[in-house]
Amino acid sequence: MDIIVCVKQVPGTTQVDIDPDTGVMRRDSASTKLNPYDLFAIEAALALVRETGGSVRTLTMGPPQARAALLETVWMGADSGVLVSDRRLGGADVLATARALAQAARAMGRYDLILCGKQTTDGDTAQVGAELAELLGIPHAGNVLSVAPGEGFVDARVSLDDRDELQRLPLPCLVCVDKNINTPRLPSYFRKKALAADPVTVLTLDDFPDRDERRYGLSGSPTQVERTFSPERAEHRAMLSGDPEEAAGQLADLLLAGKFVREV
Amino acid sequence: MTYHRLTQEDIAFFRSVTAPQRVLAGEEAGEDYFHDELGGVRSAPEAVVKVLSTGEVSRLLAYANERRIPVVPRGAGTGLVGASVAVEGGLMLDLTGMDRILELDGDNLTVTVQPGVLLMELAAFADEHGFLYPPDPGEKSATIGGNISTNAGGMRAVKYGVTRDYVRGLTVVLPDGQVMELGGKVVKNSSGYALKDLIVGSEGTLAVITEAVLKLVPKPAVSVSLLMPFDTMDEALDAVPEIVRSQAAPTAIEYFARETILFAEDYLGKRFPEDTHAAYLLLTFDGAGPAQVEAEYSATADLCQVLGARDALIIDTDERKDSVWPARGAFLEAIKASTTEMDECDVVVPRSRIADFIKFTHRLAEELNVRIPSFGHAGDGNLHIYICRDALEQGDWEQVLETAFDRMYARAAEMGGLVSGEHGIGWAKKKYMAAQYGPEEMALMGRIKAAFDPNNILNPGKVCQ
Repeated sequence: MDIIVCVKQVPGTTQVDIDPDTGVMRRDSASTKLNPYDLFAIEAALALVRETGGSVRTLTMGPPQARAALLETVWMGADSGVLVSDRRLGGADVLATARALAQAARAMGRYDLILCGKQTTDGDTAQVGAELAELLGIPHAGNVLSVAPGEGFVDARVSLDDRDELQRLPLPCLVCVDKNINTPRLPSYFRKKALAADPVTVLTLDDFPDRDERRYGLSGSPTQVERTFSPERAEHRAMLSGDPEEAAGQLADLLLAGKFVREV
Repeated sequence: MTYHRLTQEDIAFFRSVTAPQRVLAGEEAGEDYFHDELGGVRSAPEAVVKVLSTGEVSRLLAYANERRIPVVPRGAGTGLVGASVAVEGGLMLDLTGMDRILELDGDNLTVTVQPGVLLMELAAFADEHGFLYPPDPGEKSATIGGNISTNAGGMRAVKYGVTRDYVRGLTVVLPDGQVMELGGKVVKNSSGYALKDLIVGSEGTLAVITEAVLKLVPKPAVSVSLLMPFDTMDEALDAVPEIVRSQAAPTAIEYFARETILFAEDYLGKRFPEDTHAAYLLLTFDGAGPAQVEAEYSATADLCQVLGARDALIIDTDERKDSVWPARGAFLEAIKASTTEMDECDVVVPRSRIADFIKFTHRLAEELNVRIPSFGHAGDGNLHIYICRDALEQGDWEQVLETAFDRMYARAAEMGGLVSGEHGIGWAKKKYMAAQYGPEEMALMGRIKAAFDPNNILNPGKVCQ
């Protein structure tokens, strides 16, 4: 089975800072990492290929430094990576991103399965995977807990919150895996050291089958972000002291005063 | 020595000094107070008092001292050698309610805490404020008071040292009720005998700690761990002295066997990222920047490749750390869950001898036909060796345990090692320490104990008695 795993480089910490004046995300370029949700997709792909044979290629769109994320996937066990990087693709919303990735996937030749993570830690939209499948005209499943390979299909166990559903998808197809469905393997320093050739290929808009610039980047994005800001965080803290009984009395008074509870 | 047995009058006094609901008399004190984590010794205190201040501790001790009531201070009860068990009955002081972090002093890089603060709470507090409290024992739910009382070590000892190195000052209550402040916020101190350092590691036998000033260090910007699988435990252990000799400066060098990982996976219900090799080394490197840390771990990984490491897996993000370190923290509980009963040996040997010592325990396990899993701090020579009872009959178990302990402590002593690296002597390891130190050294310890506690009321029957 030949698998493409979509990944993204995200800020290294969970604390994402927004500049309150410009509304632009303050990215600490020194600290980035692979989107944690993607790690489960990479692990699922490597486990599938161990069973069926085939290859795992990873795909990302981003600035030149996003190459680091692809290299890391190779240290984890992927065969190679494709970096879609072009200034003309910058400022893309989810749709323009999915268009660019769909074009890249077409340019990458034959594949059986595309795996995505549930969402990213910086964008949190969880839309790119499904849109990519639509644009490629292939079936897809989301919130997938496990993928089992078959002849010309995969069986995906889909979580529908109150129940699981087993869906059989003909290949090629796209599957967005849920978080915590496996323990992702760690990147190997020995694999990193043993790399002879550069495993990352760079694609630009010129490599796409559809080279109409208006469909990508900012100009191809129907979503316009008006303003980005961190939600106001209010912290009110009261320290209660004294014996448990006294403290319990104080706590009850506070809860009553705040109308969290009602005296009966 | 005969001690005074508690009467209703004593209980009434305890209640008057503290509060009625904080005094648990007789049966009211639950079974949890009768033992510690490993439960080798069980004994019920006659009363438990949940103290909340230095003043309360002082008044209770003065009273107990006058009436010859034995007093045992206790934190979270996570000890492994029975130090916090009331073997003579009497009064138990539960210090877990004194759980406030009192002050963060950014000018002196110190934090002042009450003894009941949990290690994990202190670690999180330091982290939030951009500091590191380096001592990192596996048991994160232990109290700081307990950590100080056993001079706990933990996983970063290779680079950062042990709890004693981070105790700047202590407020203690002596057995007669006197309150003393020892040390302080000063960095240097050549002023007389180091009483503060004598209290650290004294397992509640010299004084009761009611406040501590602890040293913090700036938080290293980058920390990366390497997980290195080996085909055999011998290869993994033989690599350790080479790593130490190479002058690499990891904060931690931990070793463990595949079997232990499998127990932890069962225990936590979560898979470890790599569980296919016989033995593992887990190293951590920290520093100010990613390039420096990468250079350090690369050099060590290159060295270990030559020494037989099958891989060097990089643990560099929060989620990767979460897939490895909590499992390492659960090893003790996981091994405990794998058997019917166990006892532990916490010897420390010179770092150059650690491989020899572990190989010795493997031979011993074969010879005695008993399971002896181990893991530990290979980088600082401190081992945690567990003798598992499994299906042994009581009589056989006692015999196997005694033979195993006698042989291991004797072998450690031959190698220049000591009975306990970080868990303490308490009740369970007294005879092994006495055998190693000899009568003169034990008598000197006894005289120190008598100088602090002439009536022998504080945690009697422990350490050197």
